[in-house]
Amino acid sequence: MDYRKLTNLAMNDNGFIFDPASGYSYTSNETGLYIMKLLAQGLNRDAICQEFMAEYEVNEDNFNSDFEHYMLMLEALALVEF
Amino acid sequence: MAGAAQNPDLSSLKATIAVTGLKTGDNPQPGVAVIRSIRAAGFQGRIIGLIYDSMESGIYLEDLVDEVYQMPYPSAGAEAFLARMEYIVSRQKIDVIIPNLDSEVILYIRLQDELHKMGIKTYLPTEECFLLRDKTRLASYFPPRGILVPDTMLISDASQILGSRDNFPMMIKGSYYEAYKANNYEEALKYFYEIESRWGLPILLQKMIYGDEYNIVIVGDGEGGILGMVPQKKLVITDKGKGFGGVVIDNPELKEFATKVIALLKWRGPCELEVMRGLGGLHYLIEINPRFPAWVRLAEGSGQNQPAAVVLKALGHELAELPACKAGTLFIRHAEDIITDISVMGEVSAKSELRRR
Repeated sequence: MDYRKLTNLAMNDNGFIFDPASGYSYTSNETGLYIMKLLAQGLNRDAICQEFMAEYEVNEDNFNSDFEHYMLMLEALALVEF
Repeated sequence: MAGAAQNPDLSSLKATIAVTGLKTGDNPQPGVAVIRSIRAAGFQGRIIGLIYDSMESGIYLEDLVDEVYQMPYPSAGAEAFLARMEYIVSRQKIDVIIPNLDSEVILYIRLQDELHKMGIKTYLPTEECFLLRDKTRLASYFPPRGILVPDTMLISDASQILGSRDNFPMMIKGSYYEAYKANNYEEALKYFYEIESRWGLPILLQKMIYGDEYNIVIVGDGEGGILGMVPQKKLVITDKGKGFGGVVIDNPELKEFATKVIALLKWRGPCELEVMRGLGGLHYLIEINPRFPAWVRLAEGSGQNQPAAVVLKALGHELAELPACKAGTLFIRHAEDIITDISVMGEVSAKSELRRR
């Protein structure tokens, strides 16, 4: 998966995200923003899963299911490419 | 090491600058924004507003222009234009004019020598270059040179729409102004007659490109290079299709596309490109407007004072490329009522001029 577009996004702590290449802006909740920042830092799914299990009360199955769903949303917005 | 690029500083410039297009409102002209940017560069000299209509709202702003003169409409021809200009310079010397309306630019280009004899400088493209960007010529000039333009058909008779009846929806456009999306043959016919009555023939039928629209304000150096470029995406669009809000973007592919267009034309002076990025990621050139857009203050606000640069270039100053603009800079257009005495309108209407200071 290609996450390079995420590295160019301007994200603020309130969950407002601006894509300077397209002019589109988005809002995200705290969890979504956290994932996006970790992806932009270059972490892979397994590493993000470990971060989440350390930070939140979540098991690997639930994480994987929600992560998959979230990636599909990001793909629909053309922010990641499969 | 070369120093960082800087915006022009006009604080010590001794000159008088004339600007056209002072109307704001639902279809704003660029003049007020151009003057604001020139003032923002520190310019302390006189600014003359050249108007066509006593209801151009910029006339009524206290702090905008020092003098106002009404001009004959461009359709009145060169003789009337020059006679009026000679009268104006007999009252007030003008060093630079920045024309801001599509319909008048060609007159300023053709009369550059006569204006120069009156001491007036401009920074405009050649006539050949100006004509190449005409809407009716885009689709023939650019595609063979590697710039995509939506498939376009020039029509001068409503019956020609029939030949495209399987291709709707399509854009139907006047050769000067106005563009509508026609969803079917009947709508296209209606728009054809509406546009014909206002702007005449020919009319353009153009393939719809679905995707994102971007607008780019540029000052070309006349040799194929660019002094400044600020791209924006419209965020607020009125029912007339006017952008009343937008944000500066930073897209290398779009910049490359715009750079190529300007290099092909060797455009000199200000212009606005309208570009569509289709769903497949390809860029299409939709229009080239031969003047600053009404949103040009966004250029200054994002760090690139293009109107100030045009003033200096018109006066023959050497100028390096302007600083980079800041992506994420936003503009929202705000309308406000001006309260003044009716005598101001009376003076402009009766005398066709107004001296404020």
